[in-house]
Amino acid sequence: MPEMRYYEALIEAMAEEMRRDESVFLMGEDIGLFGGTFRATEGLMAEFGSRRVRDTPIAEAGIVGLAVGAAMAGLRPVPELMTMNFAIVAMDQIINHAAKMRYMFGGQLNLPITIRAPGGGGTQKGAQHSHSIESWFVNSPGIRVVIPSTPADAKGLLKTSIRSEDVVLFVEHEMLYSSKGQVPDEEVLIPFGRADIKRPGTDLTIVAWSKMVHEALHAAEALAAEGIDAEVLDPRTLDPFDWDGVFESVARTRRCVVAEEGWRSVSVGAEIAARIQETLFHELDAPVARVAAVEVPTPYARKLEQKALPNADDIVRAALKIAV
Amino acid sequence: MLQSREMLRLYRQMLLIRRMEERVAESYGEGKIGGFTHLYIGQEAVAVGAISALNFDDYVIDTYRDHGHFLARGGDPKKFMAELFGKQTGICKGKGGSMHMADVERYFFGGTGIVGGSIPIAAGLGLACNYREDDRIVMSFFGDGATNQGVWHEGLNFAKLWNLPVIFICENNFYGIGTGVQFSSSLTEVHKKASGYGMPGYRVNGMDVLEVRRVCEEVVKLVRGGAGPALIEARCYRYQGHSMTDPGRYRARAEEELWRKRDPIPRLAKDLIDGGFATEESLLELDREIEALAEEAVQYADESPDPAPEALYEDMFAVRYPSDPHA
Repeated sequence: MPEMRYYEALIEAMAEEMRRDESVFLMGEDIGLFGGTFRATEGLMAEFGSRRVRDTPIAEAGIVGLAVGAAMAGLRPVPELMTMNFAIVAMDQIINHAAKMRYMFGGQLNLPITIRAPGGGGTQKGAQHSHSIESWFVNSPGIRVVIPSTPADAKGLLKTSIRSEDVVLFVEHEMLYSSKGQVPDEEVLIPFGRADIKRPGTDLTIVAWSKMVHEALHAAEALAAEGIDAEVLDPRTLDPFDWDGVFESVARTRRCVVAEEGWRSVSVGAEIAARIQETLFHELDAPVARVAAVEVPTPYARKLEQKALPNADDIVRAALKIAV
Repeated sequence: MLQSREMLRLYRQMLLIRRMEERVAESYGEGKIGGFTHLYIGQEAVAVGAISALNFDDYVIDTYRDHGHFLARGGDPKKFMAELFGKQTGICKGKGGSMHMADVERYFFGGTGIVGGSIPIAAGLGLACNYREDDRIVMSFFGDGATNQGVWHEGLNFAKLWNLPVIFICENNFYGIGTGVQFSSSLTEVHKKASGYGMPGYRVNGMDVLEVRRVCEEVVKLVRGGAGPALIEARCYRYQGHSMTDPGRYRARAEEELWRKRDPIPRLAKDLIDGGFATEESLLELDREIEALAEEAVQYADESPDPAPEALYEDMFAVRYPSDPHA
């Protein structure tokens, strides 16, 4: 199994799907000649040309709107938003148009759109360029939310997203692009709604996604030194969500920490904690603990940013509180 | 000059929209139709003249005042009325309502309730035409209010930048809800906004179906031939308020009366009679036939079943998962 970086896995997924299906095309800011601000479309314009790898104006609502129109006509657009932050600019097209259209038209059409966008903070980009706002989209019906943490998941889930008949928001993470991992040689399509146990354990379940999976794995190592065997469970897709996978794990370990990089209130983490308590109240040995970002606009100063965003230490502390 | 048969077809379509909308207003008053309901009465010449210049497989996309375009595209009056009544037999199974009429089989991609929201989507349909190098074009309808929205400008920029075959048709009825165009737009002559994007802009009398048709035919030919997008401003007037709940206190009665005198339906009736293509009696007969059609649509909607409770959970996704909402 070859090792590759996260962004290389994304490029492979797009290239394979574009070779396979003529109706798949990419559009976004600086994705063609420039190769993508995070190199995630590097080389694709050379192979597929400017008809299928389209550089666009800086007009995020327009980009998503054009993708909706192209999908209505039967194409499979894969628009890139340079970052998740700019999804806020395109919110009306994503939520009011892409996500609702199939339902409000009574199922008359499919909209096979995969909106790619990297989120996350940690590189001192300040308040407007550090968002982990996947929860906003999970809160809105009609859109799938896919959020891989490893190169293999990134590749397998992006291929599934592009082949999906529905609207998918595919959330990458700026700090994961250069991370490395094994990616299978053969074609793998990872199904939606299947959590992956990234580290098996018996004493405690840490539910985490995207970059927080890696923080959780570090935390699990530290906890192991304290004699606590933590399981790390990565849902991989937040919509659909593998509730059975989470409940099975937590029913076994009887303790759970939910760790996310986004803000705490009314988040996916809050929903997971609520449902675990609704479903497994009598199986739990402790309340579900939560780790999330401090609810301030992400500050620029390195020390303040580090304090605002959650990390492995925060997960360890939360775990120790409920592990006694 | 159009053939008499085609002129009669346009007349019939305008009258169908007028009579259907009258029944919509009536049914709204009876509480059978809810929500926002925006009538198209007064503007019939625009939808009918423009859409009749298209091929069947061209794409049409719309704003929330979508009743007229749906019917002009050949949509089923029964499914139309049933949709407004919120019935299972509605064109969108009762899930869309007045603002979200779509008929995908007729390449009519329906209404959006967000002013300007459909403009970049229209450009996206145009992108698909170019991508596949097919012979199709796109017609995008919106009001004067949309031309002040950000995405309107994004959509026109994209369309010209990529030379997309899209005809943008602004139905300038001079009011965005209750605010006059002079209070909302830096340029009240909307067709001139086209020059900001290097595309041709046309102004037509939207109360004259033959003029709308003639100009649209010319523009359709250019756009289909690869000339890139165009903007048409059709000046017209909605006789009713913005929606059923709007008594229209912001407009002078004299202004309303002036525009009613320009009504596109009697205007074409006169042309038909003067040209010897119809008689007063034959047009009255046609009116009776259309009244019966409208009555049939209301009856169909009335008698149709409500959506089944489980319909609530259907149609959101092509592929459903266990975590999706279910009964």
